[in-house]
Amino acid sequence: MNENGNTTAERVLTDEMIAEIQKYLPRYPDKQAVTLPALHVVNEHLRYVPLQAVVEIAELLELHPSQVQDTLSFYGFFKQDRPHGETRAWVCRSISCHLLGADDLLEHLCERAGIQPGETTANGKLTLEYGECLGACEFAPCILANKTLHKCVSKADADAFLDSL
Amino acid sequence: MAEFEPVLLANIRREDSHTLRVYEESGGYNTWKKVLQEWKPSEVIDVVKASNLRGRGGAGFPTGLKWTFLPKDHPGPVYFCLNADESEPGTFNNRILMEQDPHQVLEGLALSCYATGASTAYFYMRYEYPLAWERCQAAVEEGYARGYFGKNILDSGYSLDVYLHRGAAAYICGEETGLIESLEGRRAWPRIKPPFPAVEGAFRKPTVVNNIETAACVKHICEKGSDWFRSMGIPADPDNPRDAGSYGPKLYCLSGHVEKPGCYEAPCGITVWQLINEFGGGIRGGKQAKAAIPGGISMGLLTADEFDCPLDFASPGKYGCLGLGTAAVVVMDETVSMIDFLHNSCQFFAHESCGQCTPCREGTSWALKMLKRIKAGRGRLKDLELLLEIGDNIGIMPGTTICGLADGAAWPIKNAIRKFRDEFEDYIRRTNPEGYMETDPVPALEIIGVH
Repeated sequence: MNENGNTTAERVLTDEMIAEIQKYLPRYPDKQAVTLPALHVVNEHLRYVPLQAVVEIAELLELHPSQVQDTLSFYGFFKQDRPHGETRAWVCRSISCHLLGADDLLEHLCERAGIQPGETTANGKLTLEYGECLGACEFAPCILANKTLHKCVSKADADAFLDSL
Repeated sequence: MAEFEPVLLANIRREDSHTLRVYEESGGYNTWKKVLQEWKPSEVIDVVKASNLRGRGGAGFPTGLKWTFLPKDHPGPVYFCLNADESEPGTFNNRILMEQDPHQVLEGLALSCYATGASTAYFYMRYEYPLAWERCQAAVEEGYARGYFGKNILDSGYSLDVYLHRGAAAYICGEETGLIESLEGRRAWPRIKPPFPAVEGAFRKPTVVNNIETAACVKHICEKGSDWFRSMGIPADPDNPRDAGSYGPKLYCLSGHVEKPGCYEAPCGITVWQLINEFGGGIRGGKQAKAAIPGGISMGLLTADEFDCPLDFASPGKYGCLGLGTAAVVVMDETVSMIDFLHNSCQFFAHESCGQCTPCREGTSWALKMLKRIKAGRGRLKDLELLLEIGDNIGIMPGTTICGLADGAAWPIKNAIRKFRDEFEDYIRRTNPEGYMETDPVPALEIIGVH
């Protein structure tokens, strides 16, 4: 039990994560600026940022947890309930990709993977989401899957992508 | 256009163009060395001012003038933010520069920091560019190892630290004060100006925020001079004292229904048709053109009859568009429904409105709800008036919002409905023959939202 009467949660941040976060501190004149880098560090390791991690980041950066949570929730990028799939794929839906069939592509992928946009497959391999302009309009329609940009994706390419997971 | 030799894209044709070795082989960082040894910071400012370089990020504000807004003799620190949050639909020129020629960007950044007296640069990059991130990270490390950044650079007494800072997929972070808030670790809500960042920016200190392509231009202006830069482009209109002209080489992003989409460099001010035909190989599949976005979706729409519009800073405005923006042209052929286009545009802005100002948050989301309903065959002619009312009333120009995101949301609405009114009316009458004249409030359709 801590001073607030709550059961102390198990720590989420590993020593490795903490060391990575601390490396950012000298770059900025105040600690709050390390919020986004810290969230990214945790997200890289865990594929989500649970509330307990928010509390621990706040402690490291001498902030109130609500400040970190406020920033986190603004982006809609960091999941909090459970990790996203091993592959997180964004299907671009902005104008250039839209003109070249992005809607059909996303629908096709959802159908093949058996999930709706925003969901993760039962085996945890894939989270499928739509994304706004991925800045690869010359390769429309495109998909960013983790660090890989899939260019000019046909339905056959999409099938091959799913099969490769 | 045959005589024009690319400058900003000159290096990217070379193999391993992203490495320091290849960059130095073509004279890379020689300008940085020369300026550090021979020029005062004020001389960099002078040449950039004389070049009339206008910011390439979208607003087109004169770069040299922006720099001079920094307070004189400030004890410091002064911060420099390099804006690589490129997220405007249709835009990818910054990505090309960062992936293929990061050292050109970094040399321009170093020169810009030297000019403005900044000793810390935050290179703010959007999350969705993993390759650019990797290459810029590597390039910064190479630059440090070579002594181009760090303490007492090349014994000049000048020190500069460059730090990459990664965004988290939010369009609003490209707005300069939104970027600063995000950098500081808060939600990226743009700030009311004044104070402008030059006076009170990152960490409450004087700050300059410049775009990636702007930095690349600074490199070439320092190397080749302001006269060279002003030797191409569209001169300032002598009858308009507020026109700063549109000089220099410009990167144009071309996508949509063209044969050869890509990032092309040309003197600022080529026309939409020139871009499509001389660079893009014409309209895809030999179809007819219907419309184009002139400079990122925020800038509105040109009809195919308006493709003689020069893509300089002043001309799109004369065709009813918001401006040149990011110079990203997205071409639509005759098969595209303008209802569909506008739905896509409204969907983007409803998703990316940061939520701070009510007119933008509510206006963008109601516009999307109406477009969704129109698209589903339940539109009413009155909806067009309501949409125009939103379009005319949200934004920094009518004065109802803090930043320009809402103006960017409004322009596609205003242009699409005013330039393609018949198509909207026909669609509504045809798909909703029973109800198109109704004016009573109707329930909105549900919006499905993810990420």
